[in-house]
Amino acid sequence: MDFVPTASQTVGPFFRIGLTEKYSKPCIAAPQAKGERVGLSVRVLDGDGAPVNDALIEIWQADASGKYKHPDDPQSKTSDPGCDGFGRLGTDEQGHCQFDTIKPGRVPGPGNALQAPHLNVAVFARGMLKQFYTRIYFAGDPANQQDPVLALVPAERRETLVAQSDPTQPGFWRFEMHLQGEGETVFFDV
Amino acid sequence: MGPSTNERSLITPYRRHAAGTQPPAPYEPYKSTIKRSPTKPLIFLPHTLSEVTGPLFGEDAIAENDNDLTRHYPGEPQGERIIVTGRVLDSNGRPVPQALIEIWQANAAGRYRHAKDQHPAPVDPNFGGCGRTLTDDNGSYRFVTIAPGAYPWFNHYNAWRPRHIHLSLFGRAFLTRLVTQMYFPDDPLFPYDPIFNSIPDEKARQRMICKFDMETTQPQWALGYKFNIILRGPEQTPFET
Ligand SMILES: [Fe+3]
Repeated sequence: MDFVPTASQTVGPFFRIGLTEKYSKPCIAAPQAKGERVGLSVRVLDGDGAPVNDALIEIWQADASGKYKHPDDPQSKTSDPGCDGFGRLGTDEQGHCQFDTIKPGRVPGPGNALQAPHLNVAVFARGMLKQFYTRIYFAGDPANQQDPVLALVPAERRETLVAQSDPTQPGFWRFEMHLQGEGETVFFDV
Repeated sequence: MGPSTNERSLITPYRRHAAGTQPPAPYEPYKSTIKRSPTKPLIFLPHTLSEVTGPLFGEDAIAENDNDLTRHYPGEPQGERIIVTGRVLDSNGRPVPQALIEIWQANAAGRYRHAKDQHPAPVDPNFGGCGRTLTDDNGSYRFVTIAPGAYPWFNHYNAWRPRHIHLSLFGRAFLTRLVTQMYFPDDPLFPYDPIFNSIPDEKARQRMICKFDMETTQPQWALGYKFNIILRGPEQTPFET
């Protein structure tokens, strides 16, 4: 008997009926969570630059100390109960959704390297037969220079993985996800 | 063993998909994929702690009757009552307990309870079309619902989706996340559906079809279908000490 993973199929246009208010999750880390507060705006655009108004964005991240709330995280530190680490939202007519969280700490990476603070992102939509994975890093973080995953990305494409802070709103970050075309976001084969 | 200085050695990577068992992107016959698929190569990512962890859910994620879509409104929904049950296993054949499964679907007439569904078929006031459950220690799950109808869409001339239930699963890791569709046996629309046919491997495609099951079928009440779901599993079993 072989156990081949079940094939992926599109979420289609109507996933929102299964994503009522109760099951959407804009808050990834509660107000009492340790760490620097982050408001994060994500916008999804298609190959024509048109907003994707029926995408589903999921985010998974570590707490401020770089610990994931998961039993397979072997680090001895305890995870922050205020930081759940998971969020998901559907995009609106402008292709936009907004999360409330904290900046994660650095988590272990390949070798002895530490990864730079990042959010793990999965995007689903009508017109996508499977989800695509990307990451969101934070502009200006010196750790980005040593990040072992960014190092796998051609230098000229790394910027597509970096959220920019909004100069008019401290603590507010913007990330534009271009599914294709000019400035196409880097997606990962995981 | 003492604490490791090399945390990577403690991470078990997950198995990668075999060629042809997952859909490509883009897939031209499904037109919406054309502008929504990356055109540059995906960057191969060795699994790190970020990929092999993921959100886990407990009993507080579900409420009573969440897995019985026929009991979400005061009256009985229209249509053919069915039971859908099966197991969630990983690619090593091990059960995946506490996996959150969410489903959503059209009603018996092929209409979603969604503002953007324009199909001129009736909305059923007693059917919402979504539910959720957690697998038990054996990886088993069970839903009671209504057999969904086929519905038209705009992909090509006279395009109709075969009857299907959408399923979303969270396993143990962010990379085991799976959204799929369960189809029903012998649907005459299979040869015409680009979404179903996007899976190149014939066996992988056929595995998206549930099986009628007399054991699950309940006399004078509901037809039963079996549907097992396989999520990616770790490359090797971590050794127990
Ligand atoms: Fe559908």
